[in-house]
Amino acid sequence: MKARHGFIESASSPAAGLLPVDGGSEARALRPDLALIARWMPPNSRVLDLGCGDGALMAWLQTAKGCTGYGVEIDDAAVLSCVRRGVDVIQRDIEAGLGMFGHDQFDVVVLSMAIQATKETERVLREMSAVGREGIVSFPNFGHWYHAWSILRGRMPVSREMPYEWYNTPNLHLATVRDFEDFLAKLGLEITGRAFLADGEPVKWLPSQRATQAIYRFRRAAR
Amino acid sequence: MSAVGSVGNVSPQRMRFEAPLALRNGATIAGYELVYESYGELNAARSNAVMICHALNASHHVAGLHDGDPRSAGWWDNMIGPGKPVDTRRFFVICVNNLGSCFGSTGPMSTNPDTGEPYGPDFPVLTVEDWVHAQALLADRLGIERFAAVMGGSLGGMQALAWATLYPQRVAHCVAIATAPKLSTQNIAFNEVARRAIVTDPDFHGGRFYAHGVVPSRGLQVARMIGHITYLSDDVMAEKFGRALRREAASAGAGDYRFTYDIEFEIESYLRYQGEKFSKYFDANTYLLITRALDYFDPALPYGGDLAAALAPASADFLVVSFTTDWRFAPERSHEIVEALLANRRRVTYAEIDAPHGHDAFLLADPQYMSIVAAYFDRIHQNCLEPAVPVSTQSVEEAA
Repeated sequence: MKARHGFIESASSPAAGLLPVDGGSEARALRPDLALIARWMPPNSRVLDLGCGDGALMAWLQTAKGCTGYGVEIDDAAVLSCVRRGVDVIQRDIEAGLGMFGHDQFDVVVLSMAIQATKETERVLREMSAVGREGIVSFPNFGHWYHAWSILRGRMPVSREMPYEWYNTPNLHLATVRDFEDFLAKLGLEITGRAFLADGEPVKWLPSQRATQAIYRFRRAAR
Repeated sequence: MSAVGSVGNVSPQRMRFEAPLALRNGATIAGYELVYESYGELNAARSNAVMICHALNASHHVAGLHDGDPRSAGWWDNMIGPGKPVDTRRFFVICVNNLGSCFGSTGPMSTNPDTGEPYGPDFPVLTVEDWVHAQALLADRLGIERFAAVMGGSLGGMQALAWATLYPQRVAHCVAIATAPKLSTQNIAFNEVARRAIVTDPDFHGGRFYAHGVVPSRGLQVARMIGHITYLSDDVMAEKFGRALRREAASAGAGDYRFTYDIEFEIESYLRYQGEKFSKYFDANTYLLITRALDYFDPALPYGGDLAAALAPASADFLVVSFTTDWRFAPERSHEIVEALLANRRRVTYAEIDAPHGHDAFLLADPQYMSIVAAYFDRIHQNCLEPAVPVSTQSVEEAA
């Protein structure tokens, strides 16, 4: 077990990719991909954060960027964390549909590190792009060189972004950077921004092989 | 019995209102009385008041004990008290026995000043909105301009929703638990069965049974039995009673049926016990009145069924809670409320509690449920009572 996690431990840099926290009102550091999403977020946006977890991103956006909106989360403990930090949360499985949200009700809809665990990924993306004018998705890049290396050695990859064994992983729909770009194009979504991280640090060179996480920003393409 | 976490002994209070109250059915009622209880202290700024709205068969006695009797604990004593989710060390909590109820406020058992006899069937048919207007008048007399929160479960949740739209400026937070924006057809059907059981009881006497010295006890029992079934989930009933047979220990015949129509199964014994208990303290006319108020509640009706339009006047923040196994006020009904609030860009948090107990779960102390309500009341406390402290949720509202 330990040996297969070497990749995780070697490059981890806890302070990487953190945003400066304004006013000290949200002292907890954001996860690197969330920090990037937060940086992209236009001030005072109306935000829907799908699979919002403990509400860290929404809390930060409310405090530092004057954003409003809701998290959507199914997990009891995470919902409670949201309420405790003053984030409005709708307890709902995003797979059950976003029918309770209206068309273009949000400026930005976020889906961070959850798309790979959705069953009906295409439907989720379609609904997401319907309820918001802009979408931001972060996901683990399956095209990372380590995954290929791991498979060459005869093992399913286990990494920090995907810390599961093949038999217990919730991840159903893994994609590479190129796969995801093709997918957005197929859905008629226009990429307006992309960023790549490797263990929280920005990746400029060979991102499709070196990034552990990819973050895309997109909107419905003009017809 | 430990007094920790209890508001302790409480005494109901009574307030009389001489001015006529215009009711939705076109009638007015004057010279009526409302009984209420309150816990905690109203602060100097009068900003810490919480109105609790009661459901069908409950009363103003929400928390604490009467005369130290441990069996007299209020119906939401697990929710309200010092250190409890609605913390009476922070909040001034009040609950009013609704007009038409049978726990002290003016109702069908009261004397009709026009006849000198009990109102009985002549008591006006009331609506949820009428109750809310009466509660608001009582709040006026207590000097409460704005509630930090109005909260209720089931029919109480309907009152909380009505408060938020009828008096938007008076409600900072609306906590609507296990409720619905209107009853389903099935719900109305259940209510009708209960009412028919009562009115067809020979002891009902057209609602004037008081003069005959009887109560339509059998009708009330059946009404309560069917109500009780709908408050529980199939699973909880199966777990609690299963197919266990009711047997006196001495005559226990190891699972043998007795081939009788008398009580055979434990569930029958339980329902009969609940029915009998209920029929001894609940007024039959009140049961008709309150179930009818439930049927009539439909704030979206004047808006062609558009619930978002109906809730548009509300300016409160909302907490909506439902329970997965509640089939009387199912999560889908709460989804309708949430969807309408989202359309209005209201601040809303929605928790769907995975509890096995059916509709009754809103009265029970599920840990997740209690924690959510406690956390939300922490936020209410911050929003309403500590305006000087910068709170993220508030700074956002001010910026927006």
